[in-house]
This record gives sequence, C-alpha cells and structure tokens, in this order.
Amino acid sequence: MRETDDCIRRPVFFRKLLNAVMWLLSAAGVALAVFCMLWILWSVIRNGAGVIGLDFLFCGSKPPGEPDNGVGNAILGTVFITLTAVVIGVPAAFAGGVGLAIYGQNSRIGNLIRFSVNVMMGLPSILAGVFVYALLVVTTGHRSGFAGSLSLAIILFPVVMRTTEDMILMVPAAVHESSLALGMTRARSVLCIVCRSIKGGLATGILLAVARTAGETAPLLFTALWSDAWPWHYFTQPTANLPVLINEYTTNSPSEEMHAMGWGAAFLITITLLLMNLALRFICREKKHA
Amino acid sequence: MLETLLSPKEKLKIKIAARNLSFFYGDHQALFDNNLEIPENRITAVIGPSGCGKSTHLRIYNRIFELYREQRAEGEVVIDGVNILDRNVDVLELRRKVGMIFQRPTPFPMSVFDNVAYGMRLHFKLRKSEIAERVESALRGASLWEEVKDKLNGSGLALSGGQQQRLCIARTIAAEPDILLLDEPTSAIDPVATLKIEELLLSLRKRFTIVIVTHNMQQASRISDFTAFFYKGRIVEHDTTTKIFTNPSNKKTEEYITGRFG
Ligand SMILES: Nc1ncnc2c1ncn2[C@@H]1O[C@H](COP(=O)(O)OP(=O)(O)OP(=O)(O)O)[C@@H](O)[C@H]1O
Ligand SMILES: [Mg+2]
Repeated sequence: MRETDDCIRRPVFFRKLLNAVMWLLSAAGVALAVFCMLWILWSVIRNGAGVIGLDFLFCGSKPPGEPDNGVGNAILGTVFITLTAVVIGVPAAFAGGVGLAIYGQNSRIGNLIRFSVNVMMGLPSILAGVFVYALLVVTTGHRSGFAGSLSLAIILFPVVMRTTEDMILMVPAAVHESSLALGMTRARSVLCIVCRSIKGGLATGILLAVARTAGETAPLLFTALWSDAWPWHYFTQPTANLPVLINEYTTNSPSEEMHAMGWGAAFLITITLLLMNLALRFICREKKHA
Repeated sequence: MLETLLSPKEKLKIKIAARNLSFFYGDHQALFDNNLEIPENRITAVIGPSGCGKSTHLRIYNRIFELYREQRAEGEVVIDGVNILDRNVDVLELRRKVGMIFQRPTPFPMSVFDNVAYGMRLHFKLRKSEIAERVESALRGASLWEEVKDKLNGSGLALSGGQQQRLCIARTIAAEPDILLLDEPTSAIDPVATLKIEELLLSLRKRFTIVIVTHNMQQASRISDFTAFFYKGRIVEHDTTTKIFTNPSNKKTEEYITGRFG
C-alpha cells in the first residue's frame, strides 16, 4: 500500500466551491423556468378566466357589441382542423418511424430520410402555411379548414416520425433480440413487443407533438384564416379557429370586449394543454407497474 | 474429435457441429476457425475470459447476429445434418428449433400467461384449451408453475428477476425447441435463484441439448457434462467437464480455471 503522505493532496476547498457554484447556477436556471411559466400562467388566468362562461363556450363569434358573443365556432373549428391533421399525419409518421427504426439503421437511404426529416422539423412553420397556400388555396381558389389541417399535418409529421424512431431505439436491444429469438419477424417484434413496451412514452410524445401543433398560428393564417360562421363548410371555406382568433382579437381589434375574449381563448388553450399533460402523466404512471 | 474422447458406452449423437467457423464484426475478426461438436441431450458449458468470443459464437447458432448488417459468419454450423448458415434455411423455423435465453431477463410487456402463449401461438395453430394446457406444462417445465399459478394474468414484469428468467425459459420451451442456448443466464440473478435455475437446467437436459455460457466456474462444473474453453476467439480446449476441471491439457485452460487470469 502506498502512503498517502507520498503525494501532494489537492485541497478539498476548490472542489466544494465548484460544486456550490454549479448548484447555484442550476438552481437559478430552474427558478427562472418556473418563474416564467408561473408568470405566463398568471397573466392568462388573470386576463382570461373572467370571460369563461356558457355563452363564451357555446355561442358563435359575432361583431363586438352584439349579445351572446362566444368562441364556440372557433373551438369546434380547432377540433376539426387538429383531428384531421392527426388523422392525416400521425399514422403515416408512425409507420415511417417504425420503418426507419427497423430498416434504416446504418443504411444510406435511412440516413437520407433521417436528414430530410430533420430539415423538415427545423423549417419555420410559416413555410408549411405558404406551401399549402400555393398547393391548395391558389389552385382551388379558396381557403379552407382542410388546407389548415394539411399544413398542420406537415408540421406534425417529422416530429412524430422522429419521436417514434427515437423511442423505439431507446428500448434495450435484448428485448428486440429475444422476440426475434422466439421466431418472430422483425416487423412483428417491433410492432407487437417493442412498441408495446413503450406505448406510454409513445402516446405522450405523440400527444405533446399534437398539442403543440394545435397552437400553431402562422400556417393557419394562410389556410384556414377566420370566419364568424360555424365550421360546417370546413372543406371549402375559411374556418374559425382559436389561434387565429387570439391573434386577431388581441392585436387587430380596438374593442375591449374582443381583447378579453382573446385572453379567454388563450386561457382555454392553456388549461386544455395543462389537463392533457396531467392526464398523460397519470395514465403513464399507472402503466409502469401494472 | 470429441467422439474419440468418449468411452464407447457413451457413444453420443452430435447435435450441433461448428466447422471452421469464423466471425467478423465489420473488419474486426472475433472468431477464428472454431471447431466444436455439441452432443445431444447433454449440457455443454462455454467458458473463457471476457471478450474471448463466447457470446459471439453462441449467437451464430440461431443466426440472431444477422440483425446487424455489418456482422458476418464464415464456415459451417451443422444442426441435424443441415448447415444452418445456408441461405435456404428458414430462419424463423431455425429460431423455433434453437431457443435462446439472454443475460438479462426480457419478459414481454404482457401477462405471465401471454408471455408463454405468445411464442407458441406464433408457431402452432392451437385451440384455447390446448394453449392453456401447454402454458401450464411449459411453466411446470420451467419450475415456475407453483409460484405463478395464481397470477397468470398479472404482468410478467412484476415477477422477481429469477422468476422472470424462468418465465423466459418457459416461453422458450413452449415453442418446443430441440436446443437451448443460454448466454450467462444467471449473472443478473441472486445466488438462491441461480441454484433454482441450475436445477431446472439439469432437469431439462433429458429433453433438450443445452449450451450455456458462464463466467461462474462452479456453475460450469456443477451442471455441465462438457466444457469448451475459449480464448481470444479460438477454442483452446474442449473435453468432458471432469477432465477440464481436474486435468486440463492446455496451460491456458489451467490458468483460467484456477483463477489466475480472466
Ligand atoms: N457489436 C460488436 N461490434 C464490434 N465488436 C464486437 C461487438 N460485440 C463484440 N465485439 C468484439 O468481439 C469480441 C468477442 O466479444 P463477445 O461479446 O463474444 O465476448 P464474450 O466472450 O461473450 O465476453 P463476455 O464474457 O464479456 O460476455 C470482443 O473482442 C468484442 O470487443
Ligand atoms: Mg458475452
């Protein structure tokens, strides 16, 4: 055994100091994040909670000053637009992610696809709007809710695809190998065993992606735009939706009533996202040890 | 080579024969010219220091290495007279016949019952009652039935590590293989559960040909009939377990089993 006296000891003090500094920095970061979130939450609640009521939720939008003014048509429009975007985008993206995870490892084509998807993910959302505007609005001659769905699907697609692939690759190779070792095909192993073991995480990832795209405003300005009508002509006419409503009511209107309604809509979106996050957390925690 | 070492009374059928087997991870050669004959209905232990190629060798027998594009095997592995590295051999049927159990237990995220039934349903068309029967007999075969018969519908992930590993064995034998490959099946498991699995393997010896990789010398000497010593990608010595552990002919083998390296 070597005598400790032989070598020069490094003083403990500096290590402890460094540790304290790092701790302070990270604590400050956390505090900043929490503070920002609470501040946003607080302004949304203070300005928006007051207008929530039955009229607000279930009546259609009208010019300011008229009675029974609400945002019901925008809520329904957002539901239409988002759900259709999910139907168009998510299954295809999921299949793409699974395919990439199975067949796209260490392969040129796989890397090319992954690169394209990464670029797509980095594109500003307004480009999805302009693209669909040129593709669908200019050619058909009218804006529509469906065009909005398409632009949201384009934003959703790469996020869901990468999430799916990343989640699948996070599963230990032994799980995949042991199902193959039983005589399963690769596709069955990934779909029935691997995806099953991460279904909670996959659902969370996909839902978060959907929730974030549901609030995208720029692409909807080019496509769905706005209408005071209920969204019964979703495929052929401009369609009311919450993000554009917030944009128009809060920044483009002189009326106090509309400002308040804009905040109300913001409050609605925030609360919905919050509840969705909490629900997902709850569901996934239950799944872990079931 | 092995047959000559055995007394005539013990004339055993060779189940697996590796001939001039080499293996490559990309440009890196991990196995060199392996020749190994594994007798039917016996337990063969594969020992050797870390990184010597034990897992690599085992993973050729069910062609699981083919999952990775850059890995490639050269030579032959003859099982029941067929070179299974031949392209015409159906890999799904091969893997039914040659089951593999991994170091870490990998129960599927489903109930205990479904864990066992899943692989079975994959290969056999069965009626519901037959499935239940076979699940029970597989679980009994894996000495797990008594412990799980009341929680067949509970998640396989909720079992203890040792139980999970026996569940994986049950799942594998439910597909009615001839051969069981086990890659350090007890290294992630406590000593009591390990002894249970060793007893289990001894009882399965009558039905299956078993090849087990282990770092545990006592384990190898307790349960195996034959032992192969791997060193740096080569098979240095292969003989009866008694001979290897009492009177090895190679100096490296002796150094390894007496714990001087590895
Ligand atoms: N995926 C891989 N890619 C490249 N080289 C690998 C890979 N897996 C193993 N090797 C190399 O092949 C050789 C044999 O590895 P192998 O895993 O078969 O050893 P082992 O005898 O099973 O060791 P252990 O007892 O630690 O499990 C080692 O030199 C290792 O570095
Ligand atoms: Mg190994």
